[in-house]
Amino acid sequence: MTECLVKNNKKVLIKGNYAIAQAAIKAGCECYFGYPITPQSEIGEYMSGKMQELHRAYVSAESELAAINMVVGACSTGAKAMTSSSSCAVALMQEALSYATSDELPVVLVSVMRAGPGLGNIYPSQGDYNQATVGGGNGDYKLIVLSPSTVQECIDLTYKTFYLAHKYRNPAVLLADGLLGQMMEPVEFTDYPYPAIDHSDWALTGAKGRPARKIRSYAPLEGPQCEHVKNLFNKYKLLEENEVMYEEFDVEDADIVVTCFGSLARNVKSAIKTCRAKGLKVGFFRPITLFPFPNRRLAEIAGMTKKILVTEVNMGQMLRDVKLAVNGKVPVSFYGKPVGAWPNVDDIVEAIEKELN
Amino acid sequence: MATQVFDIPKSFKKDMKYTFCPGCDHGVAIRLVAEVLDELGLKEKAITATSIGCSVTLYDFLDIDAIEAPHGRALAEATGVKRARPDKFVFTYQGDGDFASIGLAESLHAALRGENLSAICINNTTYGMTGGQLGPTTLLGQVTTTSPTGRNVEYYGYPIKIAEHVALCDGCAYSARVSLDSIANIRKAKQAIKKAFEVQIQGLGFGFVEILSTCPTNWKMTPEQAHARVRNEMMPVFKPGVYKDVTVQE
Repeated sequence: MTECLVKNNKKVLIKGNYAIAQAAIKAGCECYFGYPITPQSEIGEYMSGKMQELHRAYVSAESELAAINMVVGACSTGAKAMTSSSSCAVALMQEALSYATSDELPVVLVSVMRAGPGLGNIYPSQGDYNQATVGGGNGDYKLIVLSPSTVQECIDLTYKTFYLAHKYRNPAVLLADGLLGQMMEPVEFTDYPYPAIDHSDWALTGAKGRPARKIRSYAPLEGPQCEHVKNLFNKYKLLEENEVMYEEFDVEDADIVVTCFGSLARNVKSAIKTCRAKGLKVGFFRPITLFPFPNRRLAEIAGMTKKILVTEVNMGQMLRDVKLAVNGKVPVSFYGKPVGAWPNVDDIVEAIEKELN
Repeated sequence: MATQVFDIPKSFKKDMKYTFCPGCDHGVAIRLVAEVLDELGLKEKAITATSIGCSVTLYDFLDIDAIEAPHGRALAEATGVKRARPDKFVFTYQGDGDFASIGLAESLHAALRGENLSAICINNTTYGMTGGQLGPTTLLGQVTTTSPTGRNVEYYGYPIKIAEHVALCDGCAYSARVSLDSIANIRKAKQAIKKAFEVQIQGLGFGFVEILSTCPTNWKMTPEQAHARVRNEMMPVFKPGVYKDVTVQE
């Protein structure tokens, strides 16, 4: 059993990993390919049973290399397909993600971060911000990256990850972390809210009554390859114009705005409430889409506040994107640790007070 | 007496220029694949996952849907295609380095799972496109750019016998090794390809053909010498034959 009903029967108490898996099912995921790794193995475990029950495709792949390439293959037919993994194993998928961006395929990857570098350990961490947003694959490309902070958002953003991947024909990552994957929260499963995307004009279905289609990541000559990459970046520009998501409060009068991403937001929000109760003018800003990053809004906020504090459970990865967006308008400082228990509310309050003194 | 007209297979793209080196067997192998696609009526439902190396250019020659795969991952992608669309005919066309070195895990696991896929592997004992380096099937004693004094066991270990390995997988329905060194063997090769395609259509599991081929440019041989090498040096080590065929009653 993966869930239990809460009071009003509308909400269920469920673990983040199971919530993601169930949301993927409701989003219409037709194919799941995966290889186990803690702290996300529940996703593959759930999918193994459910997909067979629903007569959808499931493969226990021999490696993460195989799993992500199976997703690529399935996506080349226009299918909704996904894999899930974590940190050092997502590292193995970078080559295929680079191919899939160039092939313009709607790959969905759920990345549940653990600690690194290397094998690291299975404590939660946010150390793969760079892996997701900058990428480890070759060439100029971007992945769509969504960052949930609650189990409810794990559901809502799993839906959105599928939708954006298919709408823009670009790999999309749901970047969760071990804390979210393993925690239980009451949630409500709405239906998948997005329209179906028609892939009939490009997907591989066999060349019946039409010319054969080739999905390939390269053009052998300089000119066409330049053109191809420029087209990809036009698409990324569209994403930046239309799909930016963020959460903010109390920024208008703030002396300092605290930014963070993912589940750390929970403690940061509490810390800001504590600060406000003390009369300190502190605001909150959380990018939900890590790419497209909310550059424009952060630049506006930089024009309203005196200081920005970036908090992360890593050594300062989103920090760089915040600094680029702020562009020197106000000082940007950092508070964080690389791995383990999230900084607690008191610690964050202390860090904020230190910045204000 | 009926007249047989020599024609270009329908599954071949029109006006495609021949881009392989003189004497290379890829051209023959791809033509055989095209003929079998025609004969089994598969052109309109075929999807191929190609590989990296000279074999990738298959998709330039065939008028069928295709996706390229990263080096070694063709059978993983083919698995994804077939699982997503079981009604399609899905096959790979790979070199020995792609299939049996960097992609050995993907290849053997596709066979072990008994994926309803067909795979063709061109074995020319070298990495052709990159200029003739030592590969997984390079023969003992063979000189390549990365085995300048010949393959010795001390530094390089042994070449892999691919068709035999694939045949050991329980999910494999058909595994054969063929050669393109003579007209008679080319005919046999076509029958093997047909069989490897048919087992997929029948839903029997993984169909595989290893094709012994020439690489005259990197072997620094004439086409004729290259085919003599296939016959005299490769075939004694990589013995042609059917290593598994579940359709034959024992």
